[in-house]
Amino acid sequence: MSDPLVIGGRELTSRLFLGTGKFASNRLIPGAVQASGAQVVTVALRRVDPDFPEENIVNFVPEGCILMPNTSGARNAREAVRIARLGRAAGCGNWVKIEIITDNRYLLPDNFETIKATEELAAEGFVVLPYVSPDLMVARKLAEAGAAAVMPLGAPIGSNRGLKMKEMIRILIEEISLPVIVDAGIGRPSQAAEAMEMGAAAVLVNTAIATAGDPVAMARAFALAVEAGRTAFLSGPGEVQQYARASSPLTGFLRDE
Amino acid sequence: MSFYEVYRRFKDFDFTFFFNQLTDSDILRAIGKSRLSELDYLALLSPRAENYLEEMAQKAHHLTVQHFGKVILLYTPLYLANYCVNSCVYCGFRVKNDIERKILSFEELEAEARVIAGTGLKHILILTGESRKHSPVAYIKECVGILRKYFTSIGIEVYPLDEEEYAELISAGVDGLTIYQEVYDEDVYLEVHPAGPKRNYRFRLDAPERACRAGIRSVNLGALLGLHEWRSEAFFTGLHANYLQNRYPDVEVSMSPPRMRPHAGGTAPRVVVSDKNLVQYILAFRLFMPRGGITISTREGPELREHLIKLGATKMSAGSCTAVGGRTGAEKSTGQFDISDERDVAAMTRVIYSHGYQPVFKDWQSI
Repeated sequence: MSDPLVIGGRELTSRLFLGTGKFASNRLIPGAVQASGAQVVTVALRRVDPDFPEENIVNFVPEGCILMPNTSGARNAREAVRIARLGRAAGCGNWVKIEIITDNRYLLPDNFETIKATEELAAEGFVVLPYVSPDLMVARKLAEAGAAAVMPLGAPIGSNRGLKMKEMIRILIEEISLPVIVDAGIGRPSQAAEAMEMGAAAVLVNTAIATAGDPVAMARAFALAVEAGRTAFLSGPGEVQQYARASSPLTGFLRDE
Repeated sequence: MSFYEVYRRFKDFDFTFFFNQLTDSDILRAIGKSRLSELDYLALLSPRAENYLEEMAQKAHHLTVQHFGKVILLYTPLYLANYCVNSCVYCGFRVKNDIERKILSFEELEAEARVIAGTGLKHILILTGESRKHSPVAYIKECVGILRKYFTSIGIEVYPLDEEEYAELISAGVDGLTIYQEVYDEDVYLEVHPAGPKRNYRFRLDAPERACRAGIRSVNLGALLGLHEWRSEAFFTGLHANYLQNRYPDVEVSMSPPRMRPHAGGTAPRVVVSDKNLVQYILAFRLFMPRGGITISTREGPELREHLIKLGATKMSAGSCTAVGGRTGAEKSTGQFDISDERDVAAMTRVIYSHGYQPVFKDWQSI
């Protein structure tokens, strides 16, 4: 069954986005991308080094993938906008993941500055995917500002803690018409499946794959989990029951008259 | 508010008494916590915690991979000038040392920059002695302007500046500040800095905070190990890092644990800090500041540096030279101290890869 995810006018068949930081070698990236089936790959522009092709992270992203540069290192909207423009000027395309972090302990995103940057970059024609703490009002403002998707964190970046923000993300999925992509915190394939079962449009995974003992095998595991979760969502999982269905029901004495 | 107030709170703290009353469960509890208190950190710096180094190492390794990935950022120091008006007893550049004094001309700087850029490095740390006459802020600023053509991240390790001067250099393209307090114990500080502007303990102590207020992106702190009892010095360094991270959450805070090295006019360390001590310090700091950077310079030897890759290090220097003009100059001047790991960038790259880590050359883009 055809179930494409459409972002910025592009039809994606894979709902697993891959991050490229933290790998033990850039040479592991192509294998991990291939095993994950990812079509969207994010790279930190701060790491892009056109002067050094042998190590330039961009050169390890397989052809055909959509490069989604991120603004890691930006501390406010102004810096994020400048980084995004530098990326586009350097030939990294017009997708951008806005990442504005003013808290180095938990690396939680600054939603307020992210909205400002989204507004500005969307107006400049970027396909903007903002990384935010899940909050309905913020997501609505991002939609108004022209975001192409909303990327709420499941848990702090790199924490592998899973969907700690599950209830807030569920509200976004129910209320926002933009694709909701769970970014950050997903540490296990089962957690990715859980996000997809809930109705997330996609998940973005980096640490869990990059720092796995076998990143390629883990990428494959995530691909399977995302597919399983999506299929389950589409097939309409049965309602969760709080109580067992008793074989001698309490209302069994009632008869239709 | 200044870190000095935090320092004062612990200035007369009875470290020996605290260490003596610690139990094994205090250590294990501290290791198990996700957010350590100041005294948990001190517990991990105690002699008793030496029995738990492996447990600390496992957690430190895990935290570092989780937060930084399997990567080591490479940089190299570039000495601009060795003129100095201070009399620091532990330093080869001190005013009364009869060494050849030199300052790089802009042409010489450009030549050095070209050599370094040829190795692929993008992060540079520039250093001077303390001489506002020979190496004034205006000179440093001009150097930064030249270096921006070759490097995407420029750090300074120069004499302490006021806030406006930091702002001036930041707008010129500086994004990182390294400044070591050298020794946090105020009395020892005055002993080892007998003359010169560096005697001003408070002005140096507050320098990183002035840079934070001026908008610096990263600060790197340190106590020079060997000048005083290392456990309390490590404690104050951690508290200083923690203080800055709390007040300036958007600044990347890191620390270096430099050990004293032989230098011209050599003075022996007052306290010997063993490899085991150094490792304990690094591990305790990692557990206390899971996202704090840890910089390991070529003051340490090849073997130890390689072990530290898996124990919490996030940044290492390579192809270092502590002499002014040392990379190009036929007339090589005396270095600030002797380095222990002389491997060049290509060799360090191979070594880091051989340990299953990625050497990163560029982790910031001047914007």
